[in-house]
Amino acid sequence: MQKGINNLIEKFGASDLEVRRPGLSFITVENTKAVAAITHLKDIDGYTILSLITAVDWIEDGIMQLTYLLNNPEEIAEIGLRVMLERKEEAGESMETIHHLWPNAKKWQQELKEMFGIDFPTSPGLNDPFILEGWDAAPPYRRDFDTNKYAEETFFPRPGRETHDPAEHMKKNMYPNNPSDYTNKKYNPNR
Amino acid sequence: MDYSIEKFLWSLLGLFIVLNWGFLMASTMRRVGARLAGRIGVPMYQPWIDLVKMISLKTYLSHGVMYYIGPVFRLVGGIGMFLFMPILVGSEIWSNYSFSGDLILLLYFQSFGMLGMAMGASDSGSPHAAIGISRGLSQFAAVEVPMTLAVIAIAIQHQTFSFESIMQAQQGGILNWTIFTNPLASIAGMLAMLGAMSHSPFNLVKAPNEIPIGPPTEYHSSFLSVLRTNSAIIHVVEAALFMNLFFGGADTWFMYIIKTFFVYFISVFVGTVFPRFKIEDSVRWFLKWPTLIGIIAVLVAAYW
Amino acid sequence: MEEEKKDKFLAPENEIRQVAAPDGSIIEVNPLEDYFTQDRPKPYKVRKGPVEDFLNWARAESLWVLGFGTGCGSIEIPPLVTPRFDMFRFGIQMRATPRQSNVFVISGYLSVKTLKRAIRAYEQMPSPKYIVGLGSCTINGGMYYDSYNTINRLDHYLPVDAYIAGCMPRPEALLHGFEGLKKIIKAGKGHKANEYIENLDWYKANQKKIIKDWNMPDYNW
Repeated sequence: MQKGINNLIEKFGASDLEVRRPGLSFITVENTKAVAAITHLKDIDGYTILSLITAVDWIEDGIMQLTYLLNNPEEIAEIGLRVMLERKEEAGESMETIHHLWPNAKKWQQELKEMFGIDFPTSPGLNDPFILEGWDAAPPYRRDFDTNKYAEETFFPRPGRETHDPAEHMKKNMYPNNPSDYTNKKYNPNR
Repeated sequence: MDYSIEKFLWSLLGLFIVLNWGFLMASTMRRVGARLAGRIGVPMYQPWIDLVKMISLKTYLSHGVMYYIGPVFRLVGGIGMFLFMPILVGSEIWSNYSFSGDLILLLYFQSFGMLGMAMGASDSGSPHAAIGISRGLSQFAAVEVPMTLAVIAIAIQHQTFSFESIMQAQQGGILNWTIFTNPLASIAGMLAMLGAMSHSPFNLVKAPNEIPIGPPTEYHSSFLSVLRTNSAIIHVVEAALFMNLFFGGADTWFMYIIKTFFVYFISVFVGTVFPRFKIEDSVRWFLKWPTLIGIIAVLVAAYW
Repeated sequence: MEEEKKDKFLAPENEIRQVAAPDGSIIEVNPLEDYFTQDRPKPYKVRKGPVEDFLNWARAESLWVLGFGTGCGSIEIPPLVTPRFDMFRFGIQMRATPRQSNVFVISGYLSVKTLKRAIRAYEQMPSPKYIVGLGSCTINGGMYYDSYNTINRLDHYLPVDAYIAGCMPRPEALLHGFEGLKKIIKAGKGHKANEYIENLDWYKANQKKIIKDWNMPDYNW
């Protein structure tokens, strides 16, 4: 565990080490060095299992974060390798593919392309439909995609839908005489 | 043989009784299975309702001529098995159209419906039907081997291919039944029966979930009702076949119903106990133990 | 516009292509027209009288449910075969193939991808056929009302005979729903399949609005 992290810091200039618990750490590398770092982790440090690749859309910071979660079955350790891509207004951030290291990475990358619009050039079957068939709108997991608006325009919302705040609704309907009962421990053990 | 109208009407009445007994037996067995699981199960009259409902459904499909003829072939196979086997032993009016070589004809009719169904189902073009057919035919080919060996052993023992003679030879006490006079052939035949009834563990042909229903995947409404009718007839007739060969036949309708029920119950009982075989395993199994016992039975019958 | 869209999402196996015949001549194959019928379905004739009442009773007492769980609600169907609920005593049975079933339980949310399969399965069932919408998701989208990939109102895409509200409804509610469906059928009102065929254009327009890779014939016989 520590050896792998030290290697990452020394050889690949990784930064922002965050130890969640023994055996699970997150660390950030530059995107040009990421594939080299992953190859090093896999071939030399024993992180032979690709648990997942996922993305986070930091729209306020203009960053699209990729996380590669690698697992070392012998040390029972996991490293989350974060890569910060520059977020583009329209979809189309680009990252190097790692399907040559793990063939199954192509499925993760296919999903990321479909849901986040992140491009992985040369990844096989990248543009095949994965979950969405015949999708022609913006990638739905990007945070500037307004799902509510899309659903209202595409599907047929049934009129008369109301939304209630659960706490207010319960105070009003279940304890109309004494709303403070709702906060009473006797009736509500969570408070 | 008697070919009069009267004879025909008696056979028709017998077919009607067998058909309804088949439906009743099917729902009874489902209720027995349900009680084993702690449920109540289907109503007694469910098969008849299903039949009426299936006929009442509309169909607009055509998959070619063979698609229509397939269920008819299957039904002919079931009715043929019924017609050429005496129902009650020593009875003139309930002897159907049995003659001296009827056992051979019966073995033929057993595979007749299967082949017709295979042709009809393959015409429907569904890949599941094709998988079901290949499984069904290969399993049936394996079932035929011990069954035929058992029949040959009994034929050698009684020196006849006539049902009437074999049934007559087993009269006069329980110890005259083939199951006691020729236990090896009976064991081989009864093991083959498990396959012929196509209950679990040999029901991969119609695996209801893996390949939707198997060969009849595309069959619906009236086609399916014909298949249901046939399966009701064939379950009774198959049970009657083994009853006639190994359990001394029946001399009254009451005995007929009791004995077919218990013969059928053997396969249901085995089915509730054992899980399903893969098709290659079931073929291998039939070609191993039942066949071996069948060969020994033939040798014993020939040289003892 | 319609043509352009069709080309963009046409499945490769359905594209018009040149095929060499056994005698060496080249023939053009258009799979959607050559392998599938383009005929429109016709509504069946609804009869009246004691015979039809008897048939309706038989249809109601023998509901064969298509074993196709479309969403999370399908977890409520397996308990129905257990001793506690035992749907068999009401004449309800599961079938694995759409050809042999006449009830389709849309169990819970229906994503666009599943809707396509549901339409194919529904159109293959023999009439008279019934649809039971299970759970809030089929009524107004339920908790997925603002999802980008699940439909809101099932009755805009397929004709629904009975709704069972709840998120999720208990198996008892499902049995109660089946009892309601039986009442509808016995009253001779279970002919939504005809409604679907009579308003086919409206339903197809709604379906094609969200299923953008429409790579099947207009009506799946």
